[in-house]
Amino acid sequence: MNLTLKIWRQRNNADKGGFKEYKVTEVSKDMSFLEMLDVLNESLTEKGEDPVHFDHDCREGICGMCSLYINGKPHGPLQTTTCQLHMRSFNDGETITIEPWRAKAFPVMKDLVVDRSAFDRIIQAGGYISVNTGGVPDANEIPIPKTVADKAMDAAQCIGCGACVAACKNASAMLFTSAKISQLALLPQGQVERKTRAEKMVAQMDAEGFGACTNTGACEAECPKGISITNIARMNREYFTAVVSSENL
Amino acid sequence: MSWVSKTLNSTLGRKLLMALTGLFLILFLVVHLAGNLQLLIPDGGESFNIYAETMAKNPLIRVVSIGNFAFILIHVVYSIMLSRYNKAARPIGFAESKANTNSAWASRNMGILGTLILIFLLVHLRGFWYEFKFGEIPTAVYEGVTYKNVYLIVAEAYSNPLYVLFYVVSMGFLAFHLSHGFASAFQTLGLNHAKYSPLIQKVGIGFSILIPALFALIPIMMFLQA
Repeated sequence: MNLTLKIWRQRNNADKGGFKEYKVTEVSKDMSFLEMLDVLNESLTEKGEDPVHFDHDCREGICGMCSLYINGKPHGPLQTTTCQLHMRSFNDGETITIEPWRAKAFPVMKDLVVDRSAFDRIIQAGGYISVNTGGVPDANEIPIPKTVADKAMDAAQCIGCGACVAACKNASAMLFTSAKISQLALLPQGQVERKTRAEKMVAQMDAEGFGACTNTGACEAECPKGISITNIARMNREYFTAVVSSENL
Repeated sequence: MSWVSKTLNSTLGRKLLMALTGLFLILFLVVHLAGNLQLLIPDGGESFNIYAETMAKNPLIRVVSIGNFAFILIHVVYSIMLSRYNKAARPIGFAESKANTNSAWASRNMGILGTLILIFLLVHLRGFWYEFKFGEIPTAVYEGVTYKNVYLIVAEAYSNPLYVLFYVVSMGFLAFHLSHGFASAFQTLGLNHAKYSPLIQKVGIGFSILIPALFALIPIMMFLQA
C-alpha cells in the first residue's frame, strides 16, 4: 500500500503547530498502525529529520498509552486501541489525517503526544482505598453477587487512554471519572470512602478543565474498552447522594 | 450553605438544573397542549376563552406560571453557561471529525435547537401572552359573563400562512430538541436502569413526535378553517 499521511507536527507546547504531509510506500496490510508510523519514523531518521512523536507502550491494547485521532475518530475507524488497528482498515492511495487528542486539560507536549496527567490527578483525588487490605482473602470470604462483580469489572476495564475525552464534543472526562468511581462504589471495599470519593473526584475533574456531559453517547461508542454510559448515570447518583448526605461541608 | 452553591456550580450540578427545569418544561408542554386543543372545538372559541380566563384568574396557576418563567430563564442561562464552559474545554478543535458516526445530530446541537425554540417562544409570547395580559382585546359574552375573546387573536394570527409556517417549523425544532432532551434528563438525574431506560428512550421518542405534531396541527387546522 502507498499512503499519504497528514500529520500534526508541533515542536513543543508553546509552538503553534500545523499539519505536514508525508508519503509512505510499501506498507503491508498486516502492519499495525503504530508499525506503519515506525516505518515512517525510520525513514525520517535516516534523512536526518525529527521523527514524529507519538505515545505507545504495550502495543497489546491493555495499557492505554497509545492515542491518536485518526481520520476524525479517536483510535481510528475501529472500536479498539490504535495499537490494535491494522492497515487493512485503510485503502491503498488513501490520505490519513492524524491529530493529537484535543482538550484544554490534555496539552500537546510534542507532535501527537499529549499530557494526560489530569487523569492521574483525578485518580489521586479519590480513586483508591485507604484501608489496609492485608493478604489475599480466601475465596468467597467477602460475598459479592456475580452481577455486581461483573459491573465492577466492566468499569475497571477502563485503561485511561482518553478516547472518551477526544470523542466528546465538550472534551468531557465523565466516562473516565465515572468508570473509576463505579468500580469502587460497587464493591464492599469501596464503601468506607464512597461519598468523599465521589465528591473529590468530580471536583478534581472540574478543576482540570474538562467539559460537562451532554449525553451524546459518543464516548461509549468510541471507547476501545466498551465502557458504558450507565457508569455516568451511576456517578451522577453517587455524587448527588454524596453532596446531600456526606459530612463534608 | 456553601456546599449547595459549590454543588450547583459543579458541572454535575449545572446539568442537574438543566435536567430538572427541562423535565418541568416537558410537563408544561402537556398542560399547554391540553388547553390549546380546545381551539379546535367548533364553538366559535367559547370553551377556549372560558378556559383561558379561568386559568389566568386561578391563584395556583399564577404561581406555577411565575415558576414556569423562572425555569425557562434558568434553563436558558445555564445552557449558555454550560455551552461556554464546554467550548472552553476544547480551545483548538479537530481538523477532521466524524462525530456523525458516534452520536445523533440533535444531541450535539441542543444549543442551536434551543436558541431557535427561544426565538419562537419570544415571538409566541409577544403575540399571545402579552396581548392577553396587556393588549386591548375584543370581548365575548357567554351566559351573561364577559370574557376576553383571545380566540379571535389566535384565529387572526393563524390566518397568515407565514405565521403558520413559522409555527410548524418551530415545532420541528422542538421535536428534535425533545428527541434528545427527554431521555437525556433522566440520564443526568442518574436514572439509568436496565428495566426502565429502554422504556424512557421509547417514550421520549414518542413524546418528541406526538406533542410537537399536535401543537403544529392546531395552526394548520385553524388556517384551513379560516
